[in-house]
Amino acid sequence: MNLSAPLGVAAARPAALSIEHVSHAYGARKALDDVSFSVEPGAFAVLLGLNGAGKSTLFSIVTHLYASKTGTVRIFGHDVARQSGAALAELGVVFQSRTLDPDLTVEQNMLYQGALHGIGPREARARARDLIGRFGLADRLKDRIRHLSGGQARRVEIARALVHAPRLVLLDEPTAGLDIKARADILALARRLVEEDRVGVLWTTHLVDEVRPEDQVVVLHKGRVLACDTARAIMAAAGADSIGAAFSRLTGGAAEEDA
Amino acid sequence: MSAVAGGARRPFGLAAYCICLQGVIWREGLRFLHQRERFVSALVRPLVWLFIFAAGFRQTLGISIIPPYETYVLYDVYITPGLIAMIQLFNGMQSSLSMVYDREMGSMRMLLVSPAPRWFLLTSKLIAGVAVSILQVYAYLVIAWFWEIEPPSWWGYLTILPALLLSGLMLGALGMVLSSLIKQLENFAGVMNFVIFPMFFASSALYPLWRVQEGSPGLATVCAWNPFTYAVELIRFAFWGKFEPLSFAVVLGCAIVFLAAAVVAYDPARGMLMRRGG
Repeated sequence: MNLSAPLGVAAARPAALSIEHVSHAYGARKALDDVSFSVEPGAFAVLLGLNGAGKSTLFSIVTHLYASKTGTVRIFGHDVARQSGAALAELGVVFQSRTLDPDLTVEQNMLYQGALHGIGPREARARARDLIGRFGLADRLKDRIRHLSGGQARRVEIARALVHAPRLVLLDEPTAGLDIKARADILALARRLVEEDRVGVLWTTHLVDEVRPEDQVVVLHKGRVLACDTARAIMAAAGADSIGAAFSRLTGGAAEEDA
Repeated sequence: MSAVAGGARRPFGLAAYCICLQGVIWREGLRFLHQRERFVSALVRPLVWLFIFAAGFRQTLGISIIPPYETYVLYDVYITPGLIAMIQLFNGMQSSLSMVYDREMGSMRMLLVSPAPRWFLLTSKLIAGVAVSILQVYAYLVIAWFWEIEPPSWWGYLTILPALLLSGLMLGALGMVLSSLIKQLENFAGVMNFVIFPMFFASSALYPLWRVQEGSPGLATVCAWNPFTYAVELIRFAFWGKFEPLSFAVVLGCAIVFLAAAVVAYDPARGMLMRRGG
């Protein structure tokens, strides 16, 4: 199996995200070991891995928080290390930890994000109104983040990641700490972005029940890519009847212990 | 729906840089307004020194005529530039604290995924912090005016501004370097003990250097090597409508060095961010 081959239809246009031979170590501990995979534009891809699989490290490298020791990461053909400006302009990010200013209003948070991407207040305000309205929070625009529920704040974070109209959105465990209803809402919202707006989504999770058979799945375990295909194909290859079973077979039962 | 997918990507031009800088300052300002305790404590600290410490020492400590002063000045007048620099020192360290906090809370990462170059983002953050410190300084000066501490001419309130800008940049950049070294919020107490207090006391903020020299030549040498001394003197001269070239050069040089160090510390390839593992 060629892990670096693009998922889905192979095309001449650059992949939304292309990760090639990325390795990274913190001192002696190897966090990522020759990781390669790519996400096509407008695809819903799931990065599946347990805590400590290297997802956060990979996230930090893709978002240019720090550079990988080896390998390259490209976003729509732009090398993150060399052309970070062009690469990051295409990228929307929802971090695992809450990154909204609790004392600022929804709109103020959105305007700040717009400014960070060089979008003036007038345009950013219009985009904020559009996005927040679409995400069902139109009446909360002037409310402080502090007064929102966890699920609402998450939706604002996703809306905020879209202010500069990125073509790829990374979400790092976006459903962590949410109740079942809010989890389903957030997941549905991300899927709608893919279906209606053709925005590529890389969804990081350790929860197998968030995966659909047709999703593209990258299984990351102990810093290595164990499988990279559609969920259906991974299940077939592992001879399992669910992605959970396939995952646990691939990782040698680790899923049952930790997930 | 097309509310999400955008049109052609615009290059990050000059206008975008301006919007970005404005946005960072605006956010810092909003946050500052929401943290009224921070403003009050930033104001109370120098006032305590002024009303209690300086009032007590007024009788025991005579200040001879040293530049920029052309007449005898009261001790309150003498320590005002030191207290102004202290406001900026605390503010610089507090911004660094807020950067550690931001980093723990992830909003630092939000800042750093902006397509603007990282040195620009850090400088914007720095300028935003300096703007807040200047507000605090002017609030202090208003109160000090009622205490009859005022420059020989009203121009002093204007000439002090560039000095505040420069010293604020130096102290803020120092805080930024420290913020990259501090791993957790709890270590801020260490910053207090090992940075703020030594810098403040081993300087010309509370007593002129010639007095220190009489008491302890060793300490005087330390004071002469302390960049904070030059921030204080730069402010002291500027408030009196004068320019002190040596202080200017030292403060400018230190500001550049500290800022460069901060940019290196937050550099993706070399930086300290990596060691922590994000």
